Amino acid sequence: MAPQTYSRRAFVFGSAAVAGGIAFGLYGDAVQAATASDNPLSASLGPNSVTFNPWVEISPEKITLIAQHADIGQGVGSVQPILIAEEMDLDPGQFEIRFAGPSPAYFNTGFADEFAPFVAADQSPAAEEARAASLEYLRKTGLQMTGGSSTIPDTYQKLRVAGAVARETLKAVAAKRAGVAVADLRTQSGHVILPDGKKIAYLELAADAAKIAPVLDAKPRDPSQWRLLGKPMTRLDIRPKVMGELKFGIDMKMDGMLYASVKLNPSKGQPLKSYDATKARTMPGVKKILEIKNGVAVVATNSWYAMKAVAAIDCEWAPSVYPAEQADHWKVLETSFKPEFLGKEWRKIGDIEAGLKVGTRVEAEYRAPYLAHQPLEPLNGMGLVTDKGMEIWVGHQSPQFVQNIAAAAIGLKPEQVTFHNQWTGGSFGHRLEYENVRVLAEIANQMRGTPIKLVFSREEDFLQDIPRQIAIARHKGSVDNGKIVAVDLQLASTTPLKGLLERSGIPSKDPDGQLAAGLWNVYYDIPNFRGTSYEAQGLSPSTTWRSVGASTAGFFTESFIDELIHAAGLDPMKARIAMCNVPTYRKVLETVAEMSDWKGPLGNGRGRGVAFVEAFGTPVAEVVEVTKTDRGIRIDKVWVAVDVGKVVDPVNFENQVQGGVVWGLGHAINCEITYAKGAAQQTNYNHHEAMRIYQCPVIEVRGLENDPKVRGVGEPPVPPAAPALANAIFAATGQRIREMPFNKFIDFV
Amino acid sequence: MIELTVNGTKHQVDVVPEMPLLWVLRDELGITSPKYGCGVAQCGACTVQIDGMAVRSCQAHIGEIAGKSVVTLEGLEKRDQHPVLQAWIEHQVPQCGYCQTGQIMQAISLLDLIAQPTDEDINEVMSGNLCRCGTYPRIRAAIHAAAAKKMAEK
Repeated sequence: MAPQTYSRRAFVFGSAAVAGGIAFGLYGDAVQAATASDNPLSASLGPNSVTFNPWVEISPEKITLIAQHADIGQGVGSVQPILIAEEMDLDPGQFEIRFAGPSPAYFNTGFADEFAPFVAADQSPAAEEARAASLEYLRKTGLQMTGGSSTIPDTYQKLRVAGAVARETLKAVAAKRAGVAVADLRTQSGHVILPDGKKIAYLELAADAAKIAPVLDAKPRDPSQWRLLGKPMTRLDIRPKVMGELKFGIDMKMDGMLYASVKLNPSKGQPLKSYDATKARTMPGVKKILEIKNGVAVVATNSWYAMKAVAAIDCEWAPSVYPAEQADHWKVLETSFKPEFLGKEWRKIGDIEAGLKVGTRVEAEYRAPYLAHQPLEPLNGMGLVTDKGMEIWVGHQSPQFVQNIAAAAIGLKPEQVTFHNQWTGGSFGHRLEYENVRVLAEIANQMRGTPIKLVFSREEDFLQDIPRQIAIARHKGSVDNGKIVAVDLQLASTTPLKGLLERSGIPSKDPDGQLAAGLWNVYYDIPNFRGTSYEAQGLSPSTTWRSVGASTAGFFTESFIDELIHAAGLDPMKARIAMCNVPTYRKVLETVAEMSDWKGPLGNGRGRGVAFVEAFGTPVAEVVEVTKTDRGIRIDKVWVAVDVGKVVDPVNFENQVQGGVVWGLGHAINCEITYAKGAAQQTNYNHHEAMRIYQCPVIEVRGLENDPKVRGVGEPPVPPAAPALANAIFAATGQRIREMPFNKFIDFV
Repeated sequence: MIELTVNGTKHQVDVVPEMPLLWVLRDELGITSPKYGCGVAQCGACTVQIDGMAVRSCQAHIGEIAGKSVVTLEGLEKRDQHPVLQAWIEHQVPQCGYCQTGQIMQAISLLDLIAQPTDEDINEVMSGNLCRCGTYPRIRAAIHAAAAKKMAEK
């Protein structure tokens, strides 16, 4: 079922309509979600089987737990079923995992906070009311999407409730069968245990459980009773990945399958004018050469034959609609700080104009380039089109939109497209876009009856990678008497979220909320403050890249705050702690100060920098330590403190935080995407390398649990990495770097 | 027809001699632990052993390795008890996992070469293997653990 039309304004400003009469809260919502009446599992349920809710299915042969969020390496293919298994008293190995198909039952409650126009630390009644309103809107629209570090916020309660409902219903059936009271039963390792010690397997109860109504008032257990969660468990996918047995989307195979590769207009989104495939036609393995909407495809007997042949096709492309040359992209940004390009003045405190006139003035311009996502598994997919419709096997974060996009490409109805989500070799935002989905549908449609495996070459993947936003910041501030008096943050940027939503079929006229991330959620006591975004027009399409808006604005803000702190003659750590006006966030800064034993300047060519950014509700503080060597800057060590309210999977938590730091540092050091003749100039990892092991510092991580809400961790460790590094380089060398990538200005070991 | 031995089994494949071993393994033989990442020896995800040496299978033309013995991760002896794989599981190295089979094959080769590698040795040998998820701290820890385990077994 397709989600309804979205308008962010409808729920952002519609909160008054639902005020007073609602008592949703997280728990109430979780119960409602877990008992959704239109359970998508019901339709395909086998004989003698039961489903209690959209996440649990039991047949006489097996227990299947449904993962509604896509696994893009962040571990949710494991933690989602574990949240259920904890409550059901299932052990790893006693259940199978299946990724969810498209259904509004899997709407993402975790987006509610992000969509409400309040900073995360604001938990006032007005803020909570707006969040409740946006939750209602999400419920109505049924948006099912993985992103925004929302999996744990979305599922922490509802999957435990789903598991508890399953457990209590199975107990009720067992009680009836054995003629004992439910209170005398317990559950263990996939069995209900009777008072006399006899065991009944859940599998044996499935048929009878289907005949009774689920026990809906089941409550999840207190965390103090957890067996699996909160403890150093092994992610369920670790072993199959290490053994080379886990099948990714690119590993899928069907009888009679042929392989395809594509060459698309490198000026993103523009059509093909003409092509000459004379040479390709005679190349080995080639079965078919196809023209598709904005390029050509080769179908062959092997992926490599397809890639070689498609590379040999000469194409004439329509020109780009955005500036062909990179210098002109920067020029557009430079001229976007004007009222007609105003996105929004997101936050205003005090009298900014008066404040800027006090004391010493500091002004600085910052820049952040386009960046590619480039997960190591290239874009791919397997598809089969028949007279009935299309089946598509692809790893993607938005099942409903895969249906819509594939269907629209070949004139089908969305419900004629059957989507099978796959394990993916990373995403970082790449698998929220649709280029592979659309062209796979086109190729499979032209090859009706033959299963097609599409694989993008790495070069094609780079060329079609819709980049992270490009941005310039022009910040002003003033300091007086050892205090920051005014901070005026202004940035001009392309629009990642608006771009993604538009390509998903949800155009929006509202300002891009992601441009506020890292710009308005500044938690320092600054008497005069303003945060404003401008939206540059006519540039490259841009999309969400791990940590989205905060990946650029976090760098701009926390570097500039550092400049002001130094101008005020203060210590970067002590000043941040003193200025921080949210007690739990101050604790995050204090923790990283303690972990790193922060005592001020190090001297001898060594330097430390600190940065603090809240992204997607998760506050993260990082300290980076560097040494200036004769071969350049060496990153020695990083300390990270993160408050997620509850650390659900401690080992994976640490791995995610370390990975986020590596991601943030690596791309800040040496990556950019630049355009020439309308095409990305970087087409493989040697041009866009990020971090390799030789540059990777020791990364010490601590998770805190002081936040009253449970938060995600996939993206928030990224934004503080770049400013903490830039601030450390300043401390070590006196050189202030205001533009990424940093290796344009300084060498790294 | 070109003949090659993969994981102890002889195969004949009907492909052009220029085809990289990677694509013979993946699309002709259905052996999927070697991954396509870059195609130009920049990422190491396709690493396999040819006659005992770690090689980027995207760079090895099938015509040149006819008659040689190829081992992929699937074909490692006593895979379940392999100290490197065990260390990888104990340290929970993978995130998305796509690069890890290549990382493991490279790490095995490193430990064959240097029984007790230092961090510098690890940097030297493992820097050709890209991990976009950033699992490097765990890769390093797992290699040290595997080295210790191998020494203990001797």
